[in-house]
Amino acid sequence: MNDKKNKPSVPIMDAEAIRRALRRIAHEIIEQNADLKSVVLAGIPLRGVEIARRLAEFIHDVAKIDIEMGTIDVAMHRDDVGTRTELPLVHASKLPLPLEHRSVIIVDDVFFTGRTARAAMDAISSFGRPARIQLAALVDRGHRELPIRADYVGKNLPTATREQIQVRLQDIDNEPDGVWLFKE
Amino acid sequence: MSTNWNRKDLLGLRELSAEEINFILETADAFKQVGTREIKKVPALRGKTLINFFVEPSTRTRTSFELAAFRLSADVINISPTGSSLTKGETLKDTARNLEALHADILVLRHSSAGAPQFLAERLKSSVINAGDGAHEHPTQGLLDLYTIREKRGKIDNLHVVIVGDILFSRVARSNIFGLTKLGARVTLVGPSTLVPREFEKLGVTVSHTIDKVLPDADVVNLLRIQHERQRKEYFPGIGEYTTLFGLTKERAKLLKPDCLVMHPGPINRGVEIDSEVADGLQSVILDQVTNGLAVRMAVLYLCGGIAT
Repeated sequence: MNDKKNKPSVPIMDAEAIRRALRRIAHEIIEQNADLKSVVLAGIPLRGVEIARRLAEFIHDVAKIDIEMGTIDVAMHRDDVGTRTELPLVHASKLPLPLEHRSVIIVDDVFFTGRTARAAMDAISSFGRPARIQLAALVDRGHRELPIRADYVGKNLPTATREQIQVRLQDIDNEPDGVWLFKE
Repeated sequence: MSTNWNRKDLLGLRELSAEEINFILETADAFKQVGTREIKKVPALRGKTLINFFVEPSTRTRTSFELAAFRLSADVINISPTGSSLTKGETLKDTARNLEALHADILVLRHSSAGAPQFLAERLKSSVINAGDGAHEHPTQGLLDLYTIREKRGKIDNLHVVIVGDILFSRVARSNIFGLTKLGARVTLVGPSTLVPREFEKLGVTVSHTIDKVLPDADVVNLLRIQHERQRKEYFPGIGEYTTLFGLTKERAKLLKPDCLVMHPGPINRGVEIDSEVADGLQSVILDQVTNGLAVRMAVLYLCGGIAT
């Protein structure tokens, strides 16, 4: 990750805005999944896992149900083999099995090119064939490179390709929650 | 998130730091989980070519590397000593340069001469993985032993690991000694004085020639195979005498603590260094070692071979 310390930044979301956005996504998940017991919230490390955990809390508050959780490693499934100059850190994936008849919701912090989502779908299919795969992201910054869309979005944020989005979450980063846009 | 790993080769555990060893073990955790999936294959090394170049015969290590490469989606070619041009008088370097001219990305080398992998690693752009060189090192075996201990006991630090057998000729013992001492384990080597000379104490381990005194305090016993192919008469008394003095018989196994792990790099000689009852007993993790070897080798191939060359 680039050092963004000396670049101009614009605050996009504060802790309260993140909380509201995630609570709204939780409501949408409840509305769109009649059988919540079949739903798996699968976060992409690191921040996707934390966002999934918070979504599960909101869903518990509203629907009084403990939703199933998972983790999806995408590093092993990336499509940039042979061109990468840095090796991504691999994590173990964890999903409740069997996946048949379940709805897996991929959870990530920033939705950008769609390549991570594609790798996540690839990883999920190596575990089995879920009835449905959905995608939830805190921020959708556009610039898709693949025909993929999100089912649940906390905030749509039009950006320029060269700008960067930074998400900070208390439990992961030891900094107050927030989303910032960094100009080049 | 990217890794701090920056080695293209794995030649031995001696040159690795404790952090690097732990990092390989953590990476292996992630790859071990791939083996439990319905589709046990990830595209992490898709398009890469691995050459298994085994100048010394081997079935299990070669198969393990081959399977590890398949699970990472790499393409694999096996070259055996009889099939290679080494028997036609080609030098090791020339053979290797030819392999590299075929755009091999990773070369897994087993060789009877210590230092052969290093010799090639210094001359080739490809990654070189040492799969055993003479009596020098067998780093992936050392790593899978560390992984198995860490998995079964939850830690390595402060454990007492006893390695029994033909230490002098054993590359497995050397890689274990380097890895275990770096991670804080206490190591005792046991065997006849001809095969376990006192010089080994320079590596920070204890040497003993009386197995019964050592076993009651062991947290792990790693039994090495008596390497008939490397033995000479003057070093080795005889199989019957060896079993009597150093074999882990079922009577001797009663000296072990109940949670002591029994390990063996294989292939085991039943009735020689280990009794069948012990090899197949509850304390034995010999087959776990084989399973973990696959995960550890996937991690090593991913880390050394995953970067664009």
